[in-house]
Amino acid sequence: MTLAVDIGHGFGGFTLEAAFEAPGGVTALFGRSGAGKTTLVNAVAGLLGPDRGRIVLGERVLFDGAAGVFVKPHRRRIGYVFQEGRLFPHLSVAGNLAYPARAAGRKADGRETARVVEMLGIGPLLDRRPGALSGGEKQRVALGRALLSAPEMLLMDEPLAALDAERKAEILPYIERLRDEAGLPILYVSHALEEVARLATTVVLLAEGRVVRAGPAEALFADPDLAPRFGLREAGALLTGEVIAHDADGLSEVRVSGGVLYLPQVAAAPGARVRVRIEAQDVILSRDRPEGLSALNILPAVVVAVKQGDGPGVIAQLKVGEDVILARLTRRSAEALDLAPGRTCHAIVKSVAVARGAVGRI
Amino acid sequence: MGLLGAEEWQALGLSLRVAFWATLWSLPVALLAAYALARWRFPGRGLLNVAVHLPLVLPPVVTGYLLLLTFGRTGPVGGWLEAHLGLVFAFRWTGAALAAAVMGFPLMVRAMWLSLDAVDRRLEEASATLGAPPWRVFLTVTLPLALPGIIAGALLGFAKAMGEFGATITFVSNIPGETQTLPSAIYTFLQIPGGEGAVAALVAVSVAVSVVALVGAEALSRAVARRIGMAP
Repeated sequence: MTLAVDIGHGFGGFTLEAAFEAPGGVTALFGRSGAGKTTLVNAVAGLLGPDRGRIVLGERVLFDGAAGVFVKPHRRRIGYVFQEGRLFPHLSVAGNLAYPARAAGRKADGRETARVVEMLGIGPLLDRRPGALSGGEKQRVALGRALLSAPEMLLMDEPLAALDAERKAEILPYIERLRDEAGLPILYVSHALEEVARLATTVVLLAEGRVVRAGPAEALFADPDLAPRFGLREAGALLTGEVIAHDADGLSEVRVSGGVLYLPQVAAAPGARVRVRIEAQDVILSRDRPEGLSALNILPAVVVAVKQGDGPGVIAQLKVGEDVILARLTRRSAEALDLAPGRTCHAIVKSVAVARGAVGRI
Repeated sequence: MGLLGAEEWQALGLSLRVAFWATLWSLPVALLAAYALARWRFPGRGLLNVAVHLPLVLPPVVTGYLLLLTFGRTGPVGGWLEAHLGLVFAFRWTGAALAAAVMGFPLMVRAMWLSLDAVDRRLEEASATLGAPPWRVFLTVTLPLALPGIIAGALLGFAKAMGEFGATITFVSNIPGETQTLPSAIYTFLQIPGGEGAVAALVAVSVAVSVVALVGAEALSRAVARRIGMAP
């Protein structure tokens, strides 16, 4: 099911003019605070009526400004996981999970509830009040509650923003499972690159209320022109590969198209497909294959493009096998290496530079 | 009967009956008015606000007189009610209840308005995205979360009804057994030489009823707040 959005909305000097499509999988709305991300999802949820445009989910027209169509939020069948959870304080966790059935005036589906409770690991929390839950627990319950409303699509507005790194790491796998097992299209709002890199199938890049670029996650992350948008310190291409072994010394081997990567222990069984984000600033380039170097990952690469920035840095886009990686280096080094499209070199990545959070299942 | 004579008991019983019915009938109306004022923007909202607060600022005698004009047997509403429903307010205990309800109304509305304002609108949005139509959002989210304030409002209305004097005596007079509530009875005994003993007893009863009502409502409010997980 595809969500098609093309809307315009103005308020308080800010105008949003955005058009994008969210096919299946996770579509990430990525942008800084104030880029209009929340306005967009609220319009999709029906919590806000845009000034103009159309919102269509599958075959259903949810909003059509010209035709005067506005489907009320309770009829949209779109689950919404809010940043702050928004659990009902007067109901227990079980009461919150049973709420969607109550809201629709039907009996709760016990089997479905049990399945969701099991998937999110919230069984021990059922009798508790939301006030007695940690941030991570709250978000898991909020996710479960949204799923139990039998939605055709799920909206998640910075669901992890209020959580610390540990809690984030605790919830991300659940969202990955959701994406892979439930087949539910998810519109995921975030300004955290790590989450987007792990979860997104499609990325919609927003800035100042406009869509800068939209497309498959791998393509956008591999585009050196967009690196400043993602943030130079964090930008980096996505490599997809397969876990082939976990070594006794704690390293995991992941086969990518251009060779084998040695990474800190990957939380996936051999045979699993994973996606690895290699930050451009962690990549070192060498003309010749270096000897006696501590870095474990040395992959032959071909320069595709070199993008000049404003400062002393450049970003090189390289082909490693079938995959693309980005490397950030100084202009001086780029000139010394005589980097130009077509040139062969070696891309070097320290294993420990790849954070565990940068590896996600696909 | 010990401290209280038959007439005093009668006054107490009547006051409780008047306050009970006044509170019960004005509760839904006050809740509707509070909800409208807290949530809706409509033409005439300012006018409604003024109308709701009028009994609070008008001299009670004026309110009583206006009630007499409107709900008296020859008044436009009173005449109609008697002709079509057989309902008479003038010089009946029902009139005392109406006067008490009107006088307590602003207090009720204000307390409920405040508690409705304090309900997190984002929870109502969440409820809607989970499939609840607006009326169900109100019943399952708004109402339970505003309940402590609604109870407080009802208590204020009840206390006001127990103590209402000016509008009551103007509208329905001071008829023992029919419209002579506690304050009216105190007033009556104050006019009689040697009535101080009865006055003292009635005053003590008034204080006791008020304290019991206050403490009871406070306890109830706390219990509800705890149940909905909002206790401090």
